[in-house]
Amino acid sequence: MAINELSLDQQGIILLAALVLFSSFSMLAQPRLLSLVNTFALQGLLLSATTVLVALVSGHHHLYLSALLTLLLKALLIPWMLRRLVNRLGLHGEIEPLERPNLVLLGAAALVVFCYYVSLPIVQLSTMLTRNTIAISMSVVLLGMLMMIARRQVVAHVVGFMSIENGLFFAAVVSTYGMPMVVELGIAFDVLVAAVLFGVFFFHIRESIDSLDVDRLNRLSEVER
Amino acid sequence: MNPIFPVLLIPLLGVPLLLLIGHSRRAAQVNVLLNVAGFGASLWLALEVHDRGLVMSPGRQLFVDAFNVYLIVLTTFVGMTTAIFSAPYMEHERQRGRVNQRRLQLYHASYQGFMLAMLLTLSTNNMGVMWVAMEGATLATVLLVSLYRTPESIEAAWKYFILCGVGIAQALFGTVLLYFAASGSDVPAEDRLLWTVLHAHSPSFDPVVMMLAFVFLLVGYGTKVGLVPLHNWLPDAHSEGPTPMSAVLSGLLLNDALYAVVRSKMLVDGALDSGLPGHLMMGFGLLSFLVAVLFLHRQHDIKRLFSYSSIEHMGLMTFAFGIGGPLATFGALLHMTVHSLTKSAIFVTVGHAAQLAGTQKIDHIRGLIRTQPAIGWGLLLGTVAIAGFPPFGVFTSEFLLLSATMKSWPWLVVPLLAGIAIAFAGLFRYIQPMVYGAAPEGQQPIRANMTAVYLHLLLVLWLGLAIPGPLARWFGEATTLIAGSSPL
Amino acid sequence: MKFWLLALLQTLLFITGAPLLAGWVRWFKARLANRRGPSPLQPYRDLAKLMRKQTVVAEGASWVFRGAPYIVFGSTLLVAVVVPLIAVHLPTAAIADVIVLVGFFALGRFFTALAALDIGTAFGGMGSSREMTVASLAEPAMLMAVFTLAVSAGTTNLSQAIDFTLHSGLVLRPSFLFAGAALLLVAIAETGRLPVDNPATHLELTMIHEAMVLEYSGHHLALIEWAAQIKLMAYAVLLANIFLPFGIAEDLSRTALAVGALSIAAKLAGLGLLLALLETVVAKMRLFQAPRFLGFAYLLGLLGMLSHIILEAG
Repeated sequence: MAINELSLDQQGIILLAALVLFSSFSMLAQPRLLSLVNTFALQGLLLSATTVLVALVSGHHHLYLSALLTLLLKALLIPWMLRRLVNRLGLHGEIEPLERPNLVLLGAAALVVFCYYVSLPIVQLSTMLTRNTIAISMSVVLLGMLMMIARRQVVAHVVGFMSIENGLFFAAVVSTYGMPMVVELGIAFDVLVAAVLFGVFFFHIRESIDSLDVDRLNRLSEVER
Repeated sequence: MNPIFPVLLIPLLGVPLLLLIGHSRRAAQVNVLLNVAGFGASLWLALEVHDRGLVMSPGRQLFVDAFNVYLIVLTTFVGMTTAIFSAPYMEHERQRGRVNQRRLQLYHASYQGFMLAMLLTLSTNNMGVMWVAMEGATLATVLLVSLYRTPESIEAAWKYFILCGVGIAQALFGTVLLYFAASGSDVPAEDRLLWTVLHAHSPSFDPVVMMLAFVFLLVGYGTKVGLVPLHNWLPDAHSEGPTPMSAVLSGLLLNDALYAVVRSKMLVDGALDSGLPGHLMMGFGLLSFLVAVLFLHRQHDIKRLFSYSSIEHMGLMTFAFGIGGPLATFGALLHMTVHSLTKSAIFVTVGHAAQLAGTQKIDHIRGLIRTQPAIGWGLLLGTVAIAGFPPFGVFTSEFLLLSATMKSWPWLVVPLLAGIAIAFAGLFRYIQPMVYGAAPEGQQPIRANMTAVYLHLLLVLWLGLAIPGPLARWFGEATTLIAGSSPL
Repeated sequence: MKFWLLALLQTLLFITGAPLLAGWVRWFKARLANRRGPSPLQPYRDLAKLMRKQTVVAEGASWVFRGAPYIVFGSTLLVAVVVPLIAVHLPTAAIADVIVLVGFFALGRFFTALAALDIGTAFGGMGSSREMTVASLAEPAMLMAVFTLAVSAGTTNLSQAIDFTLHSGLVLRPSFLFAGAALLLVAIAETGRLPVDNPATHLELTMIHEAMVLEYSGHHLALIEWAAQIKLMAYAVLLANIFLPFGIAEDLSRTALAVGALSIAAKLAGLGLLLALLETVVAKMRLFQAPRFLGFAYLLGLLGMLSHIILEAG
């Protein structure tokens, strides 16, 4: 559906979706860990706002609850935990520049095109007003994966992991107006536990290799050293 | 009371209980008791399913049919025997100073958490809950993999966490797509993730979306099955975690992940006329099988050796489910059972062997049969069984698989047979000196509890000679469910 | 006839207004730094002074050096002719194509760089090489942003594009947001403002544009400075009129024209404020960071294009 046929709040959903995508891109290239966590929090906020708008437009009231859950978990709690960890680990000044940033960003753009292509059959089937954003949600998932491939810092990996979860949540909201509440609560619980475990792991990893660079996690391989 | 509830309630209560008392010396016994109770509950459930054919909870959120009932029994059984093995084993590890009481508390609570996640994955009717439980299984075991806190174990746990976490995220996307496909039909909104409902309505779903959903589900759950190229976590997690963990990971987690894949395939097959999902599974399965077989020859760590053997067998099962057809499916179901029993027995033996030798390095484990014949024979017989020698059950199931392949894809028998031969060579090349070689000076026998091992191997032998009636009936019914007809 | 007259008038307004915009930005920047600063009219006085002064040409300079100021000013003047300032649908709109516009800018830049190389001083060569580095990165970013607009509006003609935005009402187009941001970054780089280049200093380590025009004097310098001011104005007008064209005159009635003039003046004043604020807040970045800056602009343009295709199309 062309954008000028939509009402203003529906256009708002589209605009917010584009901003979510933008936040994914900026996370990919953000070298400062604290700014990275803040960008992640912003993405959570944008997601939550999008969900509220979708709830408003579609009249699915359980989405308000999902939006609240996302706001609490993805925009407040997890960023707060990550920020605290970054400070406690003494990483607030840490800068981790991306190697070949232009190549990675162009790769990311190519991924977006790929997602668009893959999601075409879904979009054609859907009658929902938000169907155009399905490709965006898929891109957020794949960009999170790309981030985990391109970066070395453990905190960046965790942010990438969480942003994959963001993308999945976004996909559920825009393609099916959210999942059943049981499933959504379960997923939120899993994400929360994962966040706590990641925090535990930061300390373990630093204790064992004296760094938080995942490239140094390379002891296990088939070749005897 | 619905017979499914106690199966889930026992581990659900076990987690907080063991968190509370996990630091005491009794915790290991409590863990064993809980698992015995769980096994008892699953037997009751099996009896009910045997009588009624299908058990569903009110609200249809849980259901057990012929396909998952035997997996539930298998899960609780292996869980029980491993718990029995783990009690003295972990005590020995504590005495060696590798773990302390607080970590044992975590260990026992996580053990129950893992059992809960596994049983929920198997018994839920909701594809979304299945995903949540699958992710929960990762979360429950990830701290167990790094239990020893060595740099290697932390690395292994991190890889396991990240790879499985990212992999399984794809499965959630697939689940969303399933939900989306169902929203296009007349299925009521609250039922759109229930497997039974989806299965009944799947012919009316859009084939393209279903295919896309299946690709994501296969990649997602396939990561947990250990399919190449997403298998890297598996040997690491198996080799660095405590041995009881390796036994349940290999014996149970992989099976349950494969169960999730097969359930997804059943849904997609209903919507699609083409055999594309099957072909995908065959491709991934065969690739995993061949890659794992070759990697068997490059190992230095005994637990890594057998974890590659697990990848090999999971690949074989995935391949067999991919072929479809009654014979292959029947073979795959049988193979799931015998592999699970054999592999957990092997890991238990390997754990003892490593304790005996004081290392997991293959080069340093020698003369087991001289120092302690029980362990030596256990390892030898286990390897014989897993390599597919008659009269063990693995031979029967592999024979069924090969004959099914011969019927529909004759050319593929060649790589399969070659792979089995290479795997055999790879295993025995390392096992032979470990079992028969000259024992190093001063190697002392240890306190080992080999009952579980011989019990498992005996069961595998029994399944190789004759499949008991009720089990055969379940396999037959499950095959009918999956493949449409039964070979019996 | 009346139309042509108006087009001429608009061009005159454009080029005479340009120094005022530059002066306004400079004045406001000074105020932000707590200085009194020169009056906004200072650029006019500077230009007048330079015009009166003797023009010195370096020894061994060829026709390129002498001709460059005229070519630069001429090409920039053509830009001023085609960019709609207070009214759309003027006869000059026929050639008001964005790609032509990019070409005019490129022509001016090419001759500035050539002239700087011509006299063979060290600074000139350095400035040209830097300018070309920035330009080669800025141009794709600009084209990407422009194409995004073009795809949305279905045309590369400026006048028609403005018409399109004007008549589709308030539509929250993410592609416009991204393209606008990209164009803003490109404009900053192309007009030699902070953080890419600092127009206020002659520090040899960092200067780009100033290094190229170091040897010019008298009316040559006046023409070049004026052209730079027109360029700044042209980018500002482009941004203002494409993304917020509201108020621009669509017919030739007096009220419409008055409203058009007032609205563009207000928008330019606003953009000037924004630029001054931005230049006060950010620090000049290292030259080697310029590619990242422009890479970001390109990415924004690309995102604009992608979001148009994915989100906005039917």
